[in-house]
Amino acid sequence: MANMKWKSFKGIPLLVTLLWIVAFAAALHFMEKSVIAFLGILSSIVLVYYTNTSKMIKMVVGAAVLLLIIPLVAGDNRYYMEVASQVGIYVAMALGLNIVVGFAGLLDLGYVAFFAAGAYAYAIFSTSQANEFIAGNLFPLSGGWFWPFLIVGLIVAAIFGILLGLPVLRVKGDYLAIVTLGFGEIIRIIFNNLDKPINITNGPQGITPIPSPELFGVKMGTPFYFYFIVLFVIAFIVLANIRFEHSRLGRAWIAVREDELAAQSMGISLLNAKLAAFATGASFAGVVGVIFAAKQTFIDPTSFTLMESIGILVMVILGGSGSIPGVVLGAAFVTILQVQLLKEFSNFLHSLQQSGIINLPNQLDPSKFQRLVFGIMLILVALYRPNGLIPAKRKKNDVEAIKASKFGQAKLGILSKISQASSGKQS
Amino acid sequence: MLLNILPQVLVDGLTLGFMYAVVALGYTMVYGILEFINFAHGEIFMVGAFVGTEVLLITDALGALEGMNPFVALFMTLIIAMVLTGALGVLIERVAYRPLRGAPRLVPLISAIGVSFLLQDVVRFTEALARNEFYLNTPTLFTSSISLGGIATIPAKGLIVIVLAIVMMLALTLFVNKTKWGIAMRAVAQDRSTASLMTINVDKVIMLTFLIGSSLGGATGVLFAQNYGTIDPYIGFILGLKAFTAAVLGGIGNLRGAMVGGVLLGLLESLSGAYMGPLTGGAFGAEYKDVFAFSILILVLLFKPEGLFGEAVKEKV
Repeated sequence: MANMKWKSFKGIPLLVTLLWIVAFAAALHFMEKSVIAFLGILSSIVLVYYTNTSKMIKMVVGAAVLLLIIPLVAGDNRYYMEVASQVGIYVAMALGLNIVVGFAGLLDLGYVAFFAAGAYAYAIFSTSQANEFIAGNLFPLSGGWFWPFLIVGLIVAAIFGILLGLPVLRVKGDYLAIVTLGFGEIIRIIFNNLDKPINITNGPQGITPIPSPELFGVKMGTPFYFYFIVLFVIAFIVLANIRFEHSRLGRAWIAVREDELAAQSMGISLLNAKLAAFATGASFAGVVGVIFAAKQTFIDPTSFTLMESIGILVMVILGGSGSIPGVVLGAAFVTILQVQLLKEFSNFLHSLQQSGIINLPNQLDPSKFQRLVFGIMLILVALYRPNGLIPAKRKKNDVEAIKASKFGQAKLGILSKISQASSGKQS
Repeated sequence: MLLNILPQVLVDGLTLGFMYAVVALGYTMVYGILEFINFAHGEIFMVGAFVGTEVLLITDALGALEGMNPFVALFMTLIIAMVLTGALGVLIERVAYRPLRGAPRLVPLISAIGVSFLLQDVVRFTEALARNEFYLNTPTLFTSSISLGGIATIPAKGLIVIVLAIVMMLALTLFVNKTKWGIAMRAVAQDRSTASLMTINVDKVIMLTFLIGSSLGGATGVLFAQNYGTIDPYIGFILGLKAFTAAVLGGIGNLRGAMVGGVLLGLLESLSGAYMGPLTGGAFGAEYKDVFAFSILILVLLFKPEGLFGEAVKEKV
């Protein structure tokens, strides 16, 4: 029944979407930094996705919101751009994990290790840290090296992914989850202790100051620039996701996810497919790690805990694993919940406390309830929406249309057998 | 000089190992029956530690702990903790796992991760409300210690951990092998649908498995709190992971394997913590002992996934 109701939903009229965007943009412009208005602008992307219009118009409207409206009305506000680029970083990470979990069905609980690999790759060589183990006083590198290091981070993380993938491929299912979890912890402990015998990661003190990117001598240190860098990377990753999904490799991943044995007997090399999934997912995380390191200008092992891995997994599963719009929505929702809604709520409670209405001990600060919220979300999603908020669509082949096409007359292959069988029944 | 500390290292390793062993039993029982990793088991252990500590703290606040025989106090604490954690285990199964029994394998795993995060924060929340902090110190019941000819000392609390762990493991083995319910459990583990045809109430057996496994985990939590003195809501996760490692090492689904694996892992961890630093000239110290434990997990899963005692499972098609 619910399905029937959903089918009759044709989408939101274009006019409503445009009105929404204009209204919230105006609100953001005139009301002087309203969080609600900012959320309204961000959520207009979801509206655009559900608008009843052609793909082309959707893309144009979406791009206009992201590239023009948000920077124009909120670009001079550091806080909004900070939140927006934070959301973007997590969206990019979640899209990377989507390849591993969503497409290939490999539950990876150590994903943040690849993120860490990218972040450390840039951090070590762009600060004087590298002088500790490379002679010649060549470092730190200037911010202009940020761009090549996007590629370096990608390669380093992909190597990590293959290194993890090779041994891990022998286990599957929940064992794989445990092994990757163990791997993530191992990496974190190693980064935490690799300040001796040779000081490579500077241990728990972390590495600082990591230079901001520079382009043609312009220092791009503010969240405003990172917003665009992140958008660019997301566009790249989304494109890669779409291209992969319908490629030979992508269909092999989906086959492996659905049934390993069947996939194998259809001639798919499990080893290649799984390794490719690990390496691709990891390499995206590496790129995002480089951006993260440059944005924070400081990294230490506490940014790469199991909580982060779980958080990204929550985004993928809540949104709908395997579904690109779902993962984007999930990542945006979870990040905003974390960095904004819970914080707003605790500010609200603080103000109540200051005016003496309620009395809360400090430990009950809602911004510390990340685990509780993640836990409840995971349980509810598992129980009620195991496919996520926007489930992945299966591309269905219309058999009748294929039969009517010029290939339908082929005398060989499955199609000819289908037509023979159906005509045989009738006669 | 290195050998001087060996007896002490072994004693510490045994204490830790028996603790791993009992928690590993919980993993292995659930895995044997449902073929799924009860991720939240480590958190049940943690809840047990908190319940035990709270019972002792409250008795102490009432002034009753002063004159009480320590064994009576420990027994009371254990019983209360076991009842509560057993009930918690059953509740978790009912709410978060049973509705998902037919679902793809990853779905209950996700739900279990959710439960474990939920429990961590709920415990933190309640303790913060009740006591305004969530790092608790457990009142120590046993302070004496036995000297083994001057080469090592066994603290009484460590000895109690070992003895109680052995008692619990023996009781469980007897239960599984000799009683009607134990036989039913083994039957369900073999083949759920055939067992149900044999008039075994599968739901009840699974409930019983969670009840027993969780109450054993809760009891170990009490022992842990007694042995180490300080607890916080996050002790369950890493310990649970290591206990799971122990279960895998011994062969998951196999009770004897879980026991041996636990003791082995405890000894290995204790040895590596004590000797890795001196042997590598200080380059890799005790901070790498967790790396060591996880590496064992990965290596076992890679090269002998059936564990030391398990049988290799052929793929069902």
